[in-house]
Amino acid sequence: MVELVAEKHVQYVISVEKKKDSFESVVMEHLRMNGAYWGLTTLDLLGKLQVVDQDEVISWVMQCQHESGGFGGNIGHDPHILYTLSAVQVLALFDKIQILDVSKVTNYVVGLQNEDGSFSGDMWGEVDTRFSYIAICCLSLLHQLDKIDVEKAVNYIVRCKNLDGGFGCTPGGESHAGQIFCCVGALAITGSLHHVDKDLLGWWLCERQVKSGGLNGRPEKLPDVCYSWWVLSSLIMIDRVHWIDKEKLAKFILDCQDLEKGGISDRPDDAVDVFHTYFGVAGLSLLEYPGVKAVDPAYALPVDVVNKILISSS
Amino acid sequence: MDSDDEQTIPLSQRPEWADVKPVPQDDGPNPVVPIAYTDEFRETMDYFRAVYLSDEHSSRSLQLTSEAINLNAGNYTVWHFRRLILESLNADLHEELDFVENIAKKNSKNYQIWHHRRWLAEKLGPDAAFREIEFTKKILSLDAKNYHAWSHRQWVLKTLGGWEDELEYCNQLLRDDIFNNSAWNQRHFVVTRSPLLGGLDAMRDSEVDYTIEAIITYPENESSWRYLRGLYKNDLKSWVNDPRVSSVCLKILSTKTRCIFALSTLLDLICHGFQPSPEYEEAVNALPLQRSDVGPSSSSLAETICSVLEAIDPLRGNYWNWRKEQLPALVT
Ligand SMILES: [Zn+2]
Repeated sequence: MVELVAEKHVQYVISVEKKKDSFESVVMEHLRMNGAYWGLTTLDLLGKLQVVDQDEVISWVMQCQHESGGFGGNIGHDPHILYTLSAVQVLALFDKIQILDVSKVTNYVVGLQNEDGSFSGDMWGEVDTRFSYIAICCLSLLHQLDKIDVEKAVNYIVRCKNLDGGFGCTPGGESHAGQIFCCVGALAITGSLHHVDKDLLGWWLCERQVKSGGLNGRPEKLPDVCYSWWVLSSLIMIDRVHWIDKEKLAKFILDCQDLEKGGISDRPDDAVDVFHTYFGVAGLSLLEYPGVKAVDPAYALPVDVVNKILISSS
Repeated sequence: MDSDDEQTIPLSQRPEWADVKPVPQDDGPNPVVPIAYTDEFRETMDYFRAVYLSDEHSSRSLQLTSEAINLNAGNYTVWHFRRLILESLNADLHEELDFVENIAKKNSKNYQIWHHRRWLAEKLGPDAAFREIEFTKKILSLDAKNYHAWSHRQWVLKTLGGWEDELEYCNQLLRDDIFNNSAWNQRHFVVTRSPLLGGLDAMRDSEVDYTIEAIITYPENESSWRYLRGLYKNDLKSWVNDPRVSSVCLKILSTKTRCIFALSTLLDLICHGFQPSPEYEEAVNALPLQRSDVGPSSSSLAETICSVLEAIDPLRGNYWNWRKEQLPALVT
């Protein structure tokens, strides 16, 4: 089996900033906050977070915050809950959550909860269970979960449960591994996993493994490295990860590496990107691959980072 | 990126922009994540930042957001600002629908576009239902599993209506591709929620017939089996006692097809009290397998099914093995 070329991936993540005028860079500008989270978490999981200048990163992150308390995807960009969680996660990696004005961020997130318990992503009101997860994960990292109506939030997620045991983006929406991660993650963080039909969902999730060993996100779709994260973390949270062939999955992820230049792609021989590099490394972490730090399946952060935050009092 | 149909005179050379001083992106010190720009993109965004910072809600700003979106439809702030301008100018939102449709042709998996589209439809109200149904249909004709399009379509149905032809639309998509899980999900959505069909109780009988036919055509279709099970939601008893469910399992297994879903459905039925006649055991025993895979002949049918599944579906071997350990005492 091909091995994890960890050092090459570290070089890849660092080098991405030097690539000029690439298509990837242009389309990344507005979601640089997400990119920072993917890249930096990858470095931390590989034990190399110290190669970045943390003061510079933190000062940039803080410049992306708005008066409302929310964060934008870059300096001068409008706030959205998606970037707000990434900002909190990046600060968490450096153990710097305390520099935040916690009540300000909390107010921003709390203000996005709707009457039915769901969450909007921003002032324009789009609703999606992804936003429920993000709100809950973010507030939990800030020790502020008690500031929202958790019961209503949980009830809304439960309304998005389907007959196959999975979850969709809104009630009636098709089950999708990404949405399942969000819903199961939110239920795990709020201690509400009893709402999940674990055996039924576990079977649906393990049906996502295809012959190549990779996982897809819905029936009849192609396997993709990012689903090794979404499916695998969900299986771990509901305690059913032994139902898939872990060795074959690890091989699939390792086969998606660019062995020369570093980075991981969605499928073998495709172009690599930071997003799939992060999900590949995090997937290997969930598979307990040697040399990769353990990642928390619900918070999507290294376990030591999460422990430090959750054990410290608010 | 795709700007082929734009005639691109640089903004700095257009008279209508002479009074604006472009504002470059501040990437902070030593960017962590790479930001590099093509010249055209950089210039457009520099002018965008200028009008954004001066909060200029004008038609030239609107035009500029069109250009910025053409260069990168994923930029959240540009769409956000565009909505503010549209509101201020009291713009014709039907024209805006045309604009979105054009962009969506190239970027049908972009969250911003769908978000913007929903905002428009919400403002236009029930009159927009037909056009939104047609719009999603167009996108789904290119990719019948586009998650955003389905999500938008469900929102339109729930909020604005337009249910009349929805079941027929599901029929059509399933005729094109019976494995399309999104279409099966939509079918469940229509059958359980359409105000015109009377709900699951009224629809179950005909839906069971439809699904069984689909299963017989392609027994290896995960979606149709799960749909069948879903038709008996909260009514296990009818599911166990409906002879159509057990006999479709028998029918498929009798053709010596090693069908995972037929076997697992039969297993579930037995676990919930179904009493199989000897034909079921004969069909399972006649499946083409190595004897050693299946264990001792003294096993119960349920145990044998678990062993068969473990042998023919090794990726999920641990799951089937767990199912065997969980078998209620009654069926072992
Ligand atoms: Zn992917």
